[in-house]
Order: sequence, then structure tokens, then C-alpha cells
Amino acid sequence: MPLLEVDGLTTRFRTERGVVQAVDNVSFDLEEGETLAIVGESGSGKSVTAMSVLGLIPRPPGEITAGRVMFEGRDLLELSDEEMQEVRGDRIAMIFQEPMSSLNPALTIGLQVGEPLNRHRKMSWTESLKGAVGLLRKVQIPDPASRLQAYPHQFSGGMRQRVMIAMALACQPKLIIADEPTTALDVTVQAQILELLKNLTREFGSAMILITHDLGVVARYADRVCVMYAGRIVESGTAADIYGDPRHPYTLGLMASIPRLDEDTQRRLVPIEGQPPNLAALPPGCSFAPRCRYVTDRCRSERPALEAIAGRHMKACFANVSNRV
Amino acid sequence: MTAITEATVGRRERGPFIGFAIRLFRDKPLGAAGCVIFLLFLFCGLFADVLAPQTINQISPINRLKAPSLQFPFGTDNLGRDMFSRILYGAQLSVIIGFCAAGLATVISVVLGIVTGYLGGKVDMVAQRFVDAWMSFPDLVILIVVVSVVGPGMWQVIVILGFLYGIAGSRIIRGAVISVRENMYVHAAQSIGATTPRILLRHILPNVMPPVIVLFTTRVGAVILAESGLSFLGLGVPPPAPTWGGMLSGAGRSFMYLAPWLALAPGICLTLVVYGINVFGDALRDLLDPRMRGSGK
Repeated sequence: MPLLEVDGLTTRFRTERGVVQAVDNVSFDLEEGETLAIVGESGSGKSVTAMSVLGLIPRPPGEITAGRVMFEGRDLLELSDEEMQEVRGDRIAMIFQEPMSSLNPALTIGLQVGEPLNRHRKMSWTESLKGAVGLLRKVQIPDPASRLQAYPHQFSGGMRQRVMIAMALACQPKLIIADEPTTALDVTVQAQILELLKNLTREFGSAMILITHDLGVVARYADRVCVMYAGRIVESGTAADIYGDPRHPYTLGLMASIPRLDEDTQRRLVPIEGQPPNLAALPPGCSFAPRCRYVTDRCRSERPALEAIAGRHMKACFANVSNRV
Repeated sequence: MTAITEATVGRRERGPFIGFAIRLFRDKPLGAAGCVIFLLFLFCGLFADVLAPQTINQISPINRLKAPSLQFPFGTDNLGRDMFSRILYGAQLSVIIGFCAAGLATVISVVLGIVTGYLGGKVDMVAQRFVDAWMSFPDLVILIVVVSVVGPGMWQVIVILGFLYGIAGSRIIRGAVISVRENMYVHAAQSIGATTPRILLRHILPNVMPPVIVLFTTRVGAVILAESGLSFLGLGVPPPAPTWGGMLSGAGRSFMYLAPWLALAPGICLTLVVYGINVFGDALRDLLDPRMRGSGK
């Protein structure tokens, strides 16, 4: 049985301009210790998917209208708020995008890293702070004992993200959701942070959902990949499938739009034409149809389902496209 | 790296309180002056029994309406009572009333403001309409009505002023909480499974401390003023208790031309203390803001 099994998850937001279908019938699963990347541009529903799994969708205006999120044999969507609070931070932890603002400026680092231990392991604060020293050492913060009394503003962005990772790992969760953990960081620091995350999740035996829009990150750190567009998964498969043999026009477009070091420098990057769709007014057929080079009349009226191509490689497209000659 | 660490540690070892005092005097001279006035006022209030040269309610007809002199630094009133001693005891009453009522007001504001601000929705809607209704009455009307029902007295005044300012002040805290609530670190706290009380106390409260401190200090000033106003109207702490407001309205007003020191002494004290507390509160807010704390300066 997989560790996490998301089945038909649908999350909507009621806004003044109508109902926004942020996540539409999304299904994926995750084995223990596996890293799954969810890729997509801004507004494709990656973060909302993660927040739905954790039950952190603000209600109202948000609501999860359908689906199941099976984790360790329980449907997380069925749990009460209190039961969910026991899961969060203990069994599932989250790392946020902005290390600058996701640490509390008024509390010391020690209190924040020790808090999950105090909360879930029922440790006293003295013990929790001891645990925090060990955690800070794990994320390679130099001289952790003297850093307990420091405040977040005394740390750099990369250091803060290390602190966030330490917080997330505190209770050795089975699943870590990292929502664009390196977006706000320098390129050189990004690699360090991802390397650290990869090593620590392996050491702690945690599975990870890595949300990103950086395909370079995905190639190196993910076992499997889901490509999302306008709230739906359009292609999924192993990292090798997605990189070696992308089959959805959107994935192909993404691949063509990233620069590569190992290719002719004269090659021009090919952007994906047009704008991401308005989620409050999606076209009846395939959401990608207005921007697709391979569009047919069928695409505009009928919505393609996610279907297997080979093994676990799946795509939601009528056309049979490939970059293989 | 080592140099930075040592500098930080070196500053730590001086103790947070002394470091804070140094920063107060260096960066905020006006606030420091306010602080000195405030401490002097506290000192007078706390040690009035020891400091006062005369007993306060001893009538001495021979010494009535004496001008300020070495024996009576602030003169004497129409009953020959030493004004200096009465001012000191007045400070004591003002300290008790000011701190108790402002403390009660702040607690009410914080509890009401944090809970309604964080929970939002229906709780917020209902509670805030109640606050609206409360605030639509002029302060003095509520004060006069309640005092005339429960009767004058120090503890009545404290409770009434506490509720009066507390309920109105909840708006300020609620506003601060709403701006803090949407910060990522609150979501981060939710993501580690923190319960609502834990989020309110450990994550929201420390971040709304700057407005809470200002609210408390301005309320101390406002409460002292309001109590004087009530005493002036005869609704405060009843005579012969030596309240500053009572001194102003009683002998101070009746003998204003004959013995101006009777009005000047309590009037100047009141003005100085309220002003001092206000500038001190402002300086505190600036210095205690965690975003400015130890910012390399």
C-alpha cells in the first residue's frame, strides 16, 4: 500500500469573480521514502494541492468538494480539526517557500525548532531545546548551541531555510511537503539546500512532495514527476519518462523553453505562446487547447482523460506527440 | 564570522536590561526624559508613606493657605493641610488606579482583540457589533451612569475605567492581529499542528506586543486623567482621599486667585506625568520592535 494516495482531489475557491477550480480531479500516489515532484507554472494548483493534503485550505472561501487523501490507512479529509492537528508537524510536515517570512520574528530559533517536539512529543522545553540543538546540527548550522538564542533576522535566507528544514524534520515525519523550498534563495544556496533535503529525507526515511516550477531541480532530485496545468495533472511518470520522452504538448513546451548547457548555444529558446488560462472561466475541452500547437476540434469540446502510455507514464492528451524522430 | 559572534556575545553579556537602557538614552532622549518622570512618579507613589513630611488629613487652621515655603514646599490648602504630602499621596492613588485600570483595560483589549481578530468570521462579527454599540456611547455618560448606580470609590472607578478603555482598545489589537494573522509564520505554526490557543499565545501575542505596550502606557495616562475628571465631578474616589483631580476641583478651584498653588501643584503634576508616560510609551514601542532589535546599530 502506498504511503499517500490522493484520489480525485478537487478544491474550489468561491471568489467575487466566480468559483475558481484550483485543483480539479487530481490523483497521485507516493511510496515510502519516494520523492515526487509536482511541476507547473504559477497558478497551476501545485500549492493548493499541497495545502489540501495538509487540510490548511482557508475555509471559507476554499472548500474541498471531492476526493480522498489516504495516508497511513486514514482518509485525511475525514479527520476532525483536532485529529488533523495531531498529524500535522508529526506525521506530515511542510516547508514553505519564503524562509524570510515563515519564521516568527519575535521568537528565538531554539523555541521555533523545538516547538514540534514540545507539541507532539510532549517534551519539556528544556528537552525540546536540547533536541533543537541536535536538529540544527543535522542541518549543518555551525555552533548550534549558541544559535538557539538568536532571532531569525540574524540569519541569512539559506540559514533560515535550514532552520525550517530542521523544524519540519523534528518529529521524523513520514512525509515532507516542500513548497518551492528554494525559490527565494540564491542559485548557489539552492543546490546546497536541495542536497541537504535529499540527504536528510533519505536518512530519516521520509517521503517528499517537492513542489517547484524549476525543471532543473526536478531532474536531479525527484523519482517521479507530475506536471500540472490549470489545476489538472496533464502528464505523470518517472523522472526519466518525463525528461527522456515527454508526451504532452505542455511538457514538450516546458522542455523547449529551458536553456541547456550541453547544447548548441545558438539554439533559440522556444516559449509557450499565450497566457495561462483564467481558472474561473476554463474552456470546456482541454485547458491547454488555446495555447497548443497540435490542437484539433476534438480538444476544444472534449476533455482528455489521464491515460497510461506505458507502465506508470500517463498523459492527458488526444494527440500522439513526441520529440523523438 | 568569529568577530561578529564575539560582538554579539559581548553585547549579550551586558544584560538585556542595561543594554536597553543605554539604547533608550542614546536613541530616544525624549523617551528617556519620559521614563525618568515616570520612574519618579512611581517612586513617589510607592514610597508616599515614607516621603511625606506631614500627615495628609491633619487640619491645622493656623497654617491655612500658606504660600510655598521651606516648611511647606507646595504651600497649604484652605484647611492648613500640607499640599506636598497630599500630592505625594495623590501620586500613590494615581499609581494604583492608573496601573490597575490600565492593566485591566489592556488584558480585556488583548483577549477580545486577539480572539476576534484571529478567529474572524461570525465570532468577530458579533463581538465587534457589541463593541460598536459600546463605543457609540460617550465615555462620560457611561461613567456617570455606572458610578451613580454603584456609588463612588476607588475599586469601582478601576473596574469601570478598565472595561471602558478595554473594550474600545480591543479594536486596536484586533487590527494588529489581522495584519499579523496572514503572515507565513502563522501558516507555518498551523503546519506543525499548533492548536489555536498555542498559536494565539506563542505566535500572535509576541508579534502584537508593540501596540499592546503603547496601548498600556497611553491607557495609564488616560486613566489617570479620567480619574481626575471623575474626581473633579465628584464621582471619583470620595474626599478626604487626596486625589489630584479632587484637589483641582475642590480647594484648587475655590481659592484659585487667593492661593494659585492649590491648583497649579496638582495640575502640573498631572500634566507632567501623563506627558511623560506617553513619550515613554512611544519610545518603548520603537525600541521593542523585534524588527529593529539588535539591527546592527
